[in-house]
Amino acid sequence: MSAVPEFTEGRRAARPAHDPVLEIKNLSVDYGYDHPAHALRNVSLTLNRGEVLGLAGESGCGKSTLAYAATRLLPPPGLITGGEVIFTDRDGTQSDILRLNDRELRASRWQDMAIVFQGAMNSLNPVFRIGRQIADGLQAHLPQMTKKEALERSADLLEMVGISADRLRDYPHQLSGGMRQRVMIAMALALDPQVLIMDEPTTALDVVMQRQIVEQIAELRERLGFSVIFITHDVSLLIEIADRIAIMYAGEIVEDAAAQDVYRRPRHPYADGLLHSFPPLRGPRRELGGIPGSPPDLANLPSGCPYRDRCSFAWDACAKIKPELTPTAVPGDDPRRSVACLRHQPLVVGAAGFEPQLVPEQLSLR
Amino acid sequence: MAIDAQILEDEHSSVATLDQPGPSAGRRKFLFLRNAKAMTGIVILGVFTLIAIIGPWIAPYDPSARSDAKLQPPSWDHLFGTTHTGQDIFSQILVGTRGVMVVGFVAGIVATTIGVLVGVTAGYLGGFRDESLSALSNIFLVIPQLPLIIIIAGQLPSAGGLTVALVIAVTGWAWGARVLRAQTLSLRKRDFVEAARANGESSWRVITSEILPNLTAIIAAGFVGTVGFAILSLITLSFIGISNANEWNWGTILYWAQAQLALQRGAWWWFVPAGLCIALVGMALTLINFGIDEFVNPRLRSTGINARSLRKRKIRPRIGFTPVVNEAKAKEDRA
Amino acid sequence: MRYFGRRIIFYILTLWAAVTINFFIPRMIPGDPITAYLSSHPTVSPDAIPALKEMFGLNTDSSTWQQYVDYLGRLLHGDLGMSTSFTGSSVTDVISTALPWTIGLVGIATILSFVIGTLIGSGIGWRRGTWADSLLPVSTFFSAVPYFWLALIAIAIFSVALGWFPSSGTYDRNMVPSWDWEFIKSVIYYGTLPALTIVVSSISGWILGMRNMMVTVSSEDYVTVAQAKGLSERRVLFGYAARNAILPQISSFALSLGFIVGGTLVMEIVFTYQGIGFTLFNAVNAKDYPLMQGCFLVITLAVLAANIVADFVYGVLDPRTRQEG
Repeated sequence: MSAVPEFTEGRRAARPAHDPVLEIKNLSVDYGYDHPAHALRNVSLTLNRGEVLGLAGESGCGKSTLAYAATRLLPPPGLITGGEVIFTDRDGTQSDILRLNDRELRASRWQDMAIVFQGAMNSLNPVFRIGRQIADGLQAHLPQMTKKEALERSADLLEMVGISADRLRDYPHQLSGGMRQRVMIAMALALDPQVLIMDEPTTALDVVMQRQIVEQIAELRERLGFSVIFITHDVSLLIEIADRIAIMYAGEIVEDAAAQDVYRRPRHPYADGLLHSFPPLRGPRRELGGIPGSPPDLANLPSGCPYRDRCSFAWDACAKIKPELTPTAVPGDDPRRSVACLRHQPLVVGAAGFEPQLVPEQLSLR
Repeated sequence: MAIDAQILEDEHSSVATLDQPGPSAGRRKFLFLRNAKAMTGIVILGVFTLIAIIGPWIAPYDPSARSDAKLQPPSWDHLFGTTHTGQDIFSQILVGTRGVMVVGFVAGIVATTIGVLVGVTAGYLGGFRDESLSALSNIFLVIPQLPLIIIIAGQLPSAGGLTVALVIAVTGWAWGARVLRAQTLSLRKRDFVEAARANGESSWRVITSEILPNLTAIIAAGFVGTVGFAILSLITLSFIGISNANEWNWGTILYWAQAQLALQRGAWWWFVPAGLCIALVGMALTLINFGIDEFVNPRLRSTGINARSLRKRKIRPRIGFTPVVNEAKAKEDRA
Repeated sequence: MRYFGRRIIFYILTLWAAVTINFFIPRMIPGDPITAYLSSHPTVSPDAIPALKEMFGLNTDSSTWQQYVDYLGRLLHGDLGMSTSFTGSSVTDVISTALPWTIGLVGIATILSFVIGTLIGSGIGWRRGTWADSLLPVSTFFSAVPYFWLALIAIAIFSVALGWFPSSGTYDRNMVPSWDWEFIKSVIYYGTLPALTIVVSSISGWILGMRNMMVTVSSEDYVTVAQAKGLSERRVLFGYAARNAILPQISSFALSLGFIVGGTLVMEIVFTYQGIGFTLFNAVNAKDYPLMQGCFLVITLAVLAANIVADFVYGVLDPRTRQEG
């Protein structure tokens, strides 16, 4: 875990108010048409305007699936079986992305929300020049723009991400990995979208390049003011750059809180386990924990809480009752944070006939 | 996106893919037989192989025997009718099957063997040997086969089926060699091959126990394709009268039909059955190849029956437009 | 540039190989071509044997190597020898009358087949699970049938039964080749059935190949990115998917040219179409060696030339080939 808390503290002063630009409500996604795996089950998440929301979790937990399902870009055999994705425009009009018809969806894409895909290696068309690939997005949405204007704007976008404009006529195979990633970012920002979803933008890059990309994104955000959903398995990175972090496990969100809260005061046993899996670069040496076991098979989910087999705080209620994402039961906590754990739902546990248990000591730090 | 999708797909696909080659590639072979298309093809081919073996015994007449029933349309006596000299066409077809199948399989086996030897060696050894073997196979690829076969076969006075088979094999091995070389090249870089070599295993062992098993599907596809091509070539040669007209095969039937102007006489029964048989065998081979294709590349598996059920549920799988449904049953599952 | 360089070297090598094979053909076969010639031309006296040997290039006075060099020399001058079946005409003359017909018919039909097949294949591969999928087994059936059988059926139906098209010939026998509209109409009329058989028979290969490539390419990330950008369906299909899927198709087109030539050869025989295939067939039957060699050489050259064009097109369409290595 890179320990640079000052970075985040400074940004916390400018934390935006509750003004949602993207609300995902009860999204459910299946994978496979005949014997589906329930990749996402009733997931709800809100992105506020101007905010950086980090989405973290292990491979296969569904974080990418969430992003792609919310934009209807999930490849076959993905299937959205329920929920809404409400996008709120700058002037207040709301639309449900999942209910738009093809024409409306195409119009909304890239202008309202844009995605930077994972693995820029394969995300660029190998037979088109990169200038053209940026420009065709522009021209599709701005029909009055001429080709010349589109290419000029593309050149500006490349300069904005730190690539010289004479690379406009290059082909993707002539660029390095880091440059291709930046082209993807430039392409995503072409129409000045309000939401930018970044799927593991730094995973395939070396540490130095990672730092550069992250700083680039921060600088662009200052300038253009878009909101970001940043998907990664690297929680330590999120603690630096995100305002809020949502942690996913087995297709559900298990903790959703401000970045500092997740870092210093996690409430979910899984979040706690994750944070203790990284060795700190500085400070006293600490025993390195891990989380024994492995994530469940999404086609054969256990009853009750999906994390109970690996949780050191599970008791008999956990096998029978499924936890919902609710505000925490620790007094003094930020009312906007939530956690999916039965220790924070004593009423529900009692009503089902089990003995409610308190929140464990290490998970109720102030 | 690639990661999530890949993991879920791997967990729930019932047939393993060749994307993950490994030491135990053998067991997966039998799953291929569940493919409906391949099974149909194999069954049809099996029927013809059977006829090839027992044909001369079950034929009601001697195919070369003349009779008085000249140029008769199909009847109970002569299921496929008769030729202009009263020969029974049904018997000709039955007897002719053997010639066709033998040539097809011999050519297929010889061509595939040469192709495997050249292709795998080139891909595995690399360097100068690879360059020269590749150049050799490319040359054979570009030189037009049929004209060469016609010229060579036309010069050999007693060009029987076997000779033709060999000529076909010698001119047609290059395609398979090329494909195998490409595959061997990519397999060679794979970790498990490097590991075997690092263990000190001899090249021979590495090739036979690590590389060849993973190439089975492609070799099979190449074999099937070559058999098809060989059969077509033989029929063509016989048809234009270059190959031996005394050995019965489907092509010679057509040769006589053409020579006696069967078309103009309206004797459709003379040339239709032979052509249909060729088409059936060809289709059977193609179906088998489809099966192999779909086994190797699971993305190609057509939805088939699934397509109908998907349409009923109003689900249309599209790239970039994930279908949205509201199935009440699905909601209950999630409770 | 290295890509083109390597290909050129390869083609020169292949040309040399073809020429050499050609040289050895009459020497490979059992029996003596001169005796064969004499027996089929009884009016020629045995005194002509030395001249015949000269003509066949079988002058046993010089070594094989010398003959080979002489042969190459003659080729470079465009001298393919004298035809023995078309007495008095040089092989070059015979071939140059026949070749344009083949190139015209086969060229147009093959290109049509490739273009239509690729378009249909793109459509089927893009929209899976529609009625169009059933086109596949139908077209597979047609491709499993040998060219010539399809030609026979076509003749039986359209020529004999319906009388719409002629069953043989290149153009109306009463006409003399010229560039007027009447003649051209006649050529088209006679050429329709052969061209149709070629297209129907070969189209399924292209449909299938393109469909498979489209399916593979559709699952690539850049296609999803194109959809994510909100581009029109047409643009994604053609610009992103088909444009990448067609590359291997062009390679396989180049490679299958040799095979295509074979099929159309037979088609010419069935339709008595005076192209080079028909000429070769007659030459083999008449044991006209110079003409046989000439035809084979020209066919190989034509295939090589088409390969070069296809390679060039591929190099233009795929920018990755312009990269070193």
